[in-house]
Amino acid sequence: MPAGASIDLEGVGIQISGQKIVSDISLSIAAGEFVCLLGPSGCGKSTLLNAIAGFIPVEGRLRVGGREIRGPGIDRGVVFQNSDALFPWLTALENVEYGPRIRGVDKTERRKAARHYLELVGLGHAIDKFPAELSGGMRQRLQIARVLVNEPSVILMDEPFGALDAQTREVMQHELDRIWRATRSTIVFVTHDIGEAILLADRVFTMTTGPAARIKAIVSIDLPHPRDETDPGAIAIHRELRDDIGEEVSKVLRQQGLREKTA
Amino acid sequence: MNQSPSAAANAATTAPRAAKGARFAEFRQAAIAIVAVLGGLIIWQVLSLNISPLFLPSPSDTWAAAIELAEDGTLAKSVVASLARIGSGWALGILIGVPLGILMGHFRIIREIFEPYIEFFRFVPPIAFITLAVIWLGPGEESKVALIFYATVFIIVVNMIAGVQAVSELRLRAAASLGASPLRTLLTVVVPSTVPFMITGARLAMGNSFLTVVSAEIVAAQDGLGALIWTARNYGRTEWVFVGIIILGLLGYTCDRLLRIFARTFLKRYSVTV
Ligand SMILES: Nc1ncnc2c1ncn2[C@@H]1O[C@H](COP(=O)(O)OP(=O)(O)OP(=O)(O)O)[C@@H](O)[C@H]1O
Ligand SMILES: [Mg+2]
Repeated sequence: MPAGASIDLEGVGIQISGQKIVSDISLSIAAGEFVCLLGPSGCGKSTLLNAIAGFIPVEGRLRVGGREIRGPGIDRGVVFQNSDALFPWLTALENVEYGPRIRGVDKTERRKAARHYLELVGLGHAIDKFPAELSGGMRQRLQIARVLVNEPSVILMDEPFGALDAQTREVMQHELDRIWRATRSTIVFVTHDIGEAILLADRVFTMTTGPAARIKAIVSIDLPHPRDETDPGAIAIHRELRDDIGEEVSKVLRQQGLREKTA
Repeated sequence: MNQSPSAAANAATTAPRAAKGARFAEFRQAAIAIVAVLGGLIIWQVLSLNISPLFLPSPSDTWAAAIELAEDGTLAKSVVASLARIGSGWALGILIGVPLGILMGHFRIIREIFEPYIEFFRFVPPIAFITLAVIWLGPGEESKVALIFYATVFIIVVNMIAGVQAVSELRLRAAASLGASPLRTLLTVVVPSTVPFMITGARLAMGNSFLTVVSAEIVAAQDGLGALIWTARNYGRTEWVFVGIIILGLLGYTCDRLLRIFARTFLKRYSVTV
């Protein structure tokens, strides 16, 4: 598996239907780094992730592995929040095979690769099931396997575990941690959950309230893996991030309150 | 597995019970349908007792006529003739309508080019074209198949456009980031996503084909169920009209059933629920 690629944003701004969603974002993510994007709802986390994926155009410079991003590509795998992104008419195995099939890998080889990654995410027993026959957690693991089989240098994940129950989420977090350490891809992971960010990330980027959101703070997490949320270091960082996000959330609430008064 | 024994036992007993419930519901539905049809036949019989058979032939008259038509071969010939027309026109409608609808749904420029025509002709019924069809294509099979094609293609196109536009953006993005070009995405994601809409379109189109075949055969045909219904007039055989109508209804029902069974059996993975 190729090592991860770096991601560089220089003065990146994104407009959607005339509105500035994020503005003037500059940041660098090292190859193989695990980064979490944290911020109040609606601030533009998904938008920023979609821009790195190449789904939406940006102002400024956006480079992955030193190359300018022009559109989606197999070097950047995307795990969507919603498992509707899976192909429901294909079995688990066929879903994972989709990428290699598109790339023209021959049948026996792509079968083998697909099986390998399904096993890696713990779906070895469900290869002939259709997505509708899988649980929420299994579907997200299937999405992850479908991305991993392409051996992307960057994996972009938009609240992939947001819809899961607490126990399943915890299992998934540990599995992702394990997979990341095995593959060493660069991961950008969007989440609402501070605990999740601390469990997974090398660095956490918090964002300000939109519109025209920016990066508010960057917090490095220097704790050994696998991590424990009850570790004193983790608790200190949790508090720091909570205050940070809390400030932005109350800003949102204040803005909304203001709007209600004037309305 | 950490399932408790009582939960497992529960699952074991509820599964057959659920199956039994489903079977009962099916039986109940069939029983009600049979009773309703029998009731209708009885009402028909009673009504026809005091009415001239020229005006309302009784079920038994109609049955006798059906036997008569079946024995001299007219019935089979009519059914085959009509079904052949319906089958070719309908198949042609699907063959042209499905790809056209997908292209129109997917490529804005193609949609913009064809939309005015679709939106215009959608409201002109096939019957309005019967004269033109005969002038242009002659009184043979071509004109009738063309009319049925016309009656099916728009409904299929409109359905397919809706189907393409309903394809989840997420799925298209997933395909793109897995390496699919726009053309591959169209073939491997858009087309399979629209299969349920193909089935709905095909079913609606089947209904339209039956409506159209009768009009086409009444105006210009020697054989077929429409012709049978129409020539009955010349002989004062109202019961033939009844035979024709009943056969049309039964054929339509059977075709739709077969289509649904086909879809359910072979297209299950495409989330077809009919
Ligand atoms: N297609 C669109 N058209 C118009 N506005 C949009 C569109 N997509 C997003 N936005 C706006 O951009 C802003 C950021 O949206 P985005 O989905 O990136 O937020 P987010 O940080 O991911 O929020 P959440 O945590 O709730 O997922 C929102 O205010 C939203 O209204
Ligand atoms: Mg989001």
